[in-house]
Amino acid sequence: MMKLRFASPEMLVDINGLPGLDYLRRGDDGTLHIGALCRHGALERSSLLATHQPTMAAAAPLVADPIVRNRGTLVGSLCHADPQGDWASVMASLDGVVVAQGPKGRRRIPVKELVRGPFQTVLAVDEIVVEAMVPTPQGVPAGGYLKLERRVGDFATVGVAVSIDRSGSKVTRAGIALTGVGGSTISADDAARVLVGGSLSAEVIGEAAELAAQAADPSTDHRGSASFKRQVVRVFTSRILTRLLGSEEEAA
Amino acid sequence: MSNLYEVLPPEVDDDVPVRKVTIRVNGEDLSAVVEPRLLLAHLLRQGFKLTGTHTGCDTSNCGACTVLFDGQPVKSCTMFAVQADGHEVMTIEGLAGPSELHAIQEGFKEEHGLQCGFCTPGMMMTSKALLDENPNPTEDEIRWALSGNLCRCTGYQNIVKAVMWAATKLQDQ
Repeated sequence: MMKLRFASPEMLVDINGLPGLDYLRRGDDGTLHIGALCRHGALERSSLLATHQPTMAAAAPLVADPIVRNRGTLVGSLCHADPQGDWASVMASLDGVVVAQGPKGRRRIPVKELVRGPFQTVLAVDEIVVEAMVPTPQGVPAGGYLKLERRVGDFATVGVAVSIDRSGSKVTRAGIALTGVGGSTISADDAARVLVGGSLSAEVIGEAAELAAQAADPSTDHRGSASFKRQVVRVFTSRILTRLLGSEEEAA
Repeated sequence: MSNLYEVLPPEVDDDVPVRKVTIRVNGEDLSAVVEPRLLLAHLLRQGFKLTGTHTGCDTSNCGACTVLFDGQPVKSCTMFAVQADGHEVMTIEGLAGPSELHAIQEGFKEEHGLQCGFCTPGMMMTSKALLDENPNPTEDEIRWALSGNLCRCTGYQNIVKAVMWAATKLQDQ
C-alpha cells in the first residue's frame, strides 16, 4: 500500500514483536484458528490443513510467491482487503470469521462483512484483527481453490474458491467465492445454494458454475476481457466440483 | 556506527525521528541510527555499503533484494530496517570470503547461470535457503523455490542447472 502510494501513514505499529500470535490450531469442536502472525508459508506446510481443510490447503501454495509467503500472513491478507487477495475468497467460501480486538474488547466479524471496498474494511482505527476462524464443518469438508495468474506472484486474473461439507454424499453446506472479478471479493451465494441438500451431479455442477459466472463482475483489462474472465469462473467452479464428485465416487 | 543521515544539514536532524538498530549481518553485529521508514535493503546498501543486495522493482515482485532473515529468504525492499533490529541477516557478501566462491557461486559460473547479473544475488540467496533445507532438490523443487525471483534476461534454464550443480558439489563435499 505504501509502496504504491495508496497510503502514507504518519505512524506504523509493527505487530511482529507480539508473542503468541503465530498459531494455527484446531479446536475440539473442529474449528480452525489462525493467529494474526501465522505466515502463509506455515499454512502451506501445515499437515493440519492438508488433513482437515482442503480449500485452504489448495490455496496456500498459490498465494504470492514462496519468498513473500515467509513474511505475509492470512490475517494480514484479509485486512488488506485487496479484491485480488486469495484468502478473502477462501475464507468467505468457508463462512470464516475474524476476531477484532480494540480498547472496547473483542468482536467477531464475518469475513463476508469485513470489507467495505477495495483496501477498506469495517475495522475501527484502534482495532486490529488478532485471529481468523473457520467454523465447525457440518460434515466432512471438501473443496478446492483454482487461480489463473500470468506468472507466479502476479495478481490473480481469476480465482475461485469452493468449499462444501458433506454427510455421506449429501451436501450439507456450500460456499463459493471469487477472486479478482469485481471491486471486492464476491461471494456467489446463489451458486452455493443450489449445491446444498442433495448430492453433486453433473447437472447441479453445471447450474452452480453458471450462477457463479453470473455473480462475477469482471472488467476488461490487460489480464483479459470481461467475458473471458467470466468463462474462467465458469470453468474453475465446474472443475473443482467435478473433482469433488470424482473423489466421492472413488471413495464409494 | 553508520548514520545514514549524516550528510543532511543539521537543522533537518531535529525533525527526523531516529532509532538505533543493531543487526547481526553476515555474522557481525552492525549498528546504525536510522529513520524508522528506512528500508532494510537501503540500510544494507547505503548504510553498511553491502551493495551486493540489489533493489530492482521496489514492490516485492522481482526478488533481486532477497536476503536471509533468520535463515529464511525475505525481500529486503519490503521490510523496514527497524524490523531487523536484533535479528540475523545474511547477504550475498556472507556466502563466501572475498577470495573464495561458495558452491552456489561456482555453480552459476560453471553453468552460465548469469547474464547481466542483476538478479543473481537474490537468486543465490534463495538457492542457499533451498539447499539448506533440501540438499538434493529436484528440478521442479528448484523452479518452485525460485519462482519469486525474476530474471529479466530470462536465463532460467541455466540458473536451475547452476543450483543443481551446487547441490551435487555440496553433497560431494
